[in-house]
Amino acid sequence: MVKAAKAPRQMKIRTYSRLADAVIIVFMTAVALLCLLPIINVLALSFSSSTAAASGAVKLWPVQFSIESYKYALTKPQFLKSFIVSVERVALGLIINMTCTILAAYPLSKSSKELTGRNIYAWFFFFTMIFSGGLVPWYTVIKQTHLMNKLLAVILPGAVPVYHVIILLNFFRQLPKELYEAAVVDGGTEMYILLKLFLPLSVPSLATLALFTAVGHWNSWFDGLILMTNPDNYPLQTYLRNLIVVKNMQTMSSASQAELQEMAKISDRTLKASQIFIACIPILAVYPFVQKYFMKGLVLGSVKG
Amino acid sequence: MVSTAVRSRRHSFKRQLPLHLMLLPCVAIVVVFAYYPMVGIVIAFQRYNPRMGFFGSRWIGLENFKYLLNLPNTPSVLFNTVFISLLKIIAELVVPVVFAILLDQIRISSLKRSIQTLIYIPYFLSWIILGGILIDLLSPSTGLVADLWRLFGKEPVFFLANPRAFPYVLVITQIWKNAGYGTIIYLAAITAIDPALYEATLMDGANRLQETWHITLPGMKPIIVLMATLSLGNILNAGFEQVLTLYSPIVYSSGDIIDTFVYRIGLVNNQYGIATAANLFKSAFSFVFIVIGYILAYKFADYTVF
Repeated sequence: MVKAAKAPRQMKIRTYSRLADAVIIVFMTAVALLCLLPIINVLALSFSSSTAAASGAVKLWPVQFSIESYKYALTKPQFLKSFIVSVERVALGLIINMTCTILAAYPLSKSSKELTGRNIYAWFFFFTMIFSGGLVPWYTVIKQTHLMNKLLAVILPGAVPVYHVIILLNFFRQLPKELYEAAVVDGGTEMYILLKLFLPLSVPSLATLALFTAVGHWNSWFDGLILMTNPDNYPLQTYLRNLIVVKNMQTMSSASQAELQEMAKISDRTLKASQIFIACIPILAVYPFVQKYFMKGLVLGSVKG
Repeated sequence: MVSTAVRSRRHSFKRQLPLHLMLLPCVAIVVVFAYYPMVGIVIAFQRYNPRMGFFGSRWIGLENFKYLLNLPNTPSVLFNTVFISLLKIIAELVVPVVFAILLDQIRISSLKRSIQTLIYIPYFLSWIILGGILIDLLSPSTGLVADLWRLFGKEPVFFLANPRAFPYVLVITQIWKNAGYGTIIYLAAITAIDPALYEATLMDGANRLQETWHITLPGMKPIIVLMATLSLGNILNAGFEQVLTLYSPIVYSSGDIIDTFVYRIGLVNNQYGIATAANLFKSAFSFVFIVIGYILAYKFADYTVF
């Protein structure tokens, strides 16, 4: 529908001023570049020599090009460990989250005639989106389940992403009813219909949700911070937090401007920059796919009619 | 007659059983990790002892709440939370709408798509990554922003250590991260507007501003109303991960929000009861605002969740 509306729109003859067009183009291009500059700055820093970076000479292009910081980061055991933890987290998280999303969305896409108690189930899940016990009880419960320091601690508590369930169940509902009925007549069980009929038809929607799940797991750090007491189990983003934020806190707490200048000089800016950029790479790698599927998934989720 | 009814019911039970079984694991997970913690809210009324569990600890009534009320920084934490989140709600509503309208005016579609792609990137990076970038960018000695300040002959400001500037830094950086997301939603709404409407205004000789005012904005109204009403539920969400990444004791006076306060009191200082009491206050109020938001969204934008 969106596509159909687009074609005639572009044929529209406009007689507006060229100047206004130019102003808009320049402004929006500037906005886009402004969004990107900080990332380019980090990239430039990461490829500069540490002395150039410490002197503040690096802007948007590497000064005294060097890949030393990458070499150092990639041989740093703590960095590699947490990188692997994050990869494992994304893999296991994808499997568990997607399984739960599908298993919850399919029954909930039925009407309450087809599934007794459907509305009770729906409210049961939905309620957790609008009310929660809060941080401390949540933390206490996870402690009681003895999941602390295990990979499952950062996966199981959020295993049922209710928002994703809602997106998928709305998608399931749009599939033609006749398909389901024909499959029932042919003697298909619910599980069979879900796996062989619904899932293949939902690939765009599932791909969107999977990408968002993967990005979400890759990016989360707070749960790792409080649920992993051993730094060896930190996901990459939690490790980065301790590298970046904690140091920053110490910097700011230590009063005088002169002292700050001094600390900035000895701090390993290039090293931080390279680690930040390495953590961005997986996101930038899946980004084209996110773009491709995003519109569909988003429109289904929040703007359904 | 009776026997067929019974048979069909039995059939439907047999048919339904797999559906209930599919839901079972999810129900179990949600009970353990979402509903059981709700039971844990009782901590707010206890002097909680982790070894005694949710019901073995000593009950102290409303003492934790009284303690919070008498705490000198409680008013500022409440004010910061509402102030920052209100600014964010407004900015996150206005900026993406403006961007979407401007982007829609660009007729070179490859440029339009490129801009869209670029402003959307920060949305996918975590606050840790963005925070790391920002801390460097805003550093008064070596940061890019300080260079810009010096270019205009001014003394660089240490934005992340300046209580006056800090809330605005939060709002601007939030826009940096999220504007692309909103822009795409609104752009989709503009694309769905009936082109015949534009042709009609063109015939009537409307200029660009008139077209935007009379066709584009009214066409976007349902989605703007929807986003506005749903954002009501975020009135006490000032951005936990962002603040926790960017703040420091120097800016507590203007940057400490309920969530960071709860985290520090609860998990850093281990005052479980007091933290839970503060969190309960937030959850309860948020709940009310979310429900109001949904009701308004249903009324004014025909929005239903399921």
